[in-house]
Amino acid sequence: MTERAITPTVANPPVAFTQDEIGWTPWLPPLGEDDLTERHLKGLVEAARAKSPYFRLLVRDPEVLEARTKTDKDIFYNTRSGLPRAERELAATAASRFNGCIFCASVHSRFATHHSKRGEDVQRLLDEGVDADLGERWNAIVAASVALTATPPVFTEDHIARLAAAGLDELEIADVIHGAAFFNWANRLMLSLGEPTPAS
Amino acid sequence: MTLASPDVIDLLSGISPGSALDRIRAQRPETREQAQKSYLALFQPEEFGDVSLTERHAVASFVAGLHRQPDVFDFYVNTLEESVAGRWLVELLKAEIGAGRATGPYGSYPDGPLSTENVAGPIYKVSAASREALGPKLTAAFEHAHLLVFRLREANPQALQVLLDAGWTTSGIVTLSQLVSFVAFQIRVIAGLSLLATATKRAAA
Repeated sequence: MTERAITPTVANPPVAFTQDEIGWTPWLPPLGEDDLTERHLKGLVEAARAKSPYFRLLVRDPEVLEARTKTDKDIFYNTRSGLPRAERELAATAASRFNGCIFCASVHSRFATHHSKRGEDVQRLLDEGVDADLGERWNAIVAASVALTATPPVFTEDHIARLAAAGLDELEIADVIHGAAFFNWANRLMLSLGEPTPAS
Repeated sequence: MTLASPDVIDLLSGISPGSALDRIRAQRPETREQAQKSYLALFQPEEFGDVSLTERHAVASFVAGLHRQPDVFDFYVNTLEESVAGRWLVELLKAEIGAGRATGPYGSYPDGPLSTENVAGPIYKVSAASREALGPKLTAAFEHAHLLVFRLREANPQALQVLLDAGWTTSGIVTLSQLVSFVAFQIRVIAGLSLLATATKRAAA
């Protein structure tokens, strides 16, 4: 028998970019929490992720999820050197804003605000879009992230020169590239496998 | 014993051992290792499950071609060229990539304040000539990949039902979605790092 996609009925779905803690509901059935084997748990990386329908859906391919999760964590959380966390989250938010992922933008704009204490600037990126004036350093990060997110990418040496002029060294520029690039992975999964639900 | 696969991002970004970019990547060893492991999990898995080797490389080649990244396209299409099961796909892929060319992201938001930001753009369908050769499963995969590459904000459950009706399983769709999305990531890391490598070399000269 052919499997069926889920068409959820979401009342008051989020239709604008927000820093609120909104939710997400899948269009394909996740594995049940009770059905997870050792192989699945390894793929989830953190046991707590078994609570998330998103990760229990992705864990249908556990080896890919495991490598993806570890890539994600290192790009964003490994801040012993390189770009401050706030600006990695800014790159993620800019990519998500440009691609149109309301859910991803909500999560990572909250992180950007938390780590930068610049909630009003972050909100202007959400409200006005990727051309909002956030000061030159942030403008350079947003512009580079957006150029890399375009399909095909339109990222040039001018973006690199602008980041360097704003004070970023090569490792920090590589961190911007990875942060924006990773959200071209995450946005596509979040947007195509389910939809946002309102804050509770 | 088999030789370890080369690091694909290094290979396609032109990053050679000992170069400035090699040293920068070496400061993120986990990112480097796990990006490569993601590649291996998608293209050299222990079990191919519901998505064949040919299907994986065909979709990756299509995604790279839509991004107009000839080196990445050549990398993925090479596996097809070297296999009896995949060789016939190469010319078809080039034709479909030509037909699917666009500039994104585009598409409509859910009705509401963002509707003013809606951007119109083509909805790609596999050509009549190619549909028959590709069969229903790869035809649906190409059309879905195009949606994911360019108009991701328009994705909807009906698009997944089309895949299910064409013979994809739920787990196969997860793998397909990861594959398209991973290649979109990989292409951007390569595009970014190769330019950074060039800029770094120029600064050092």
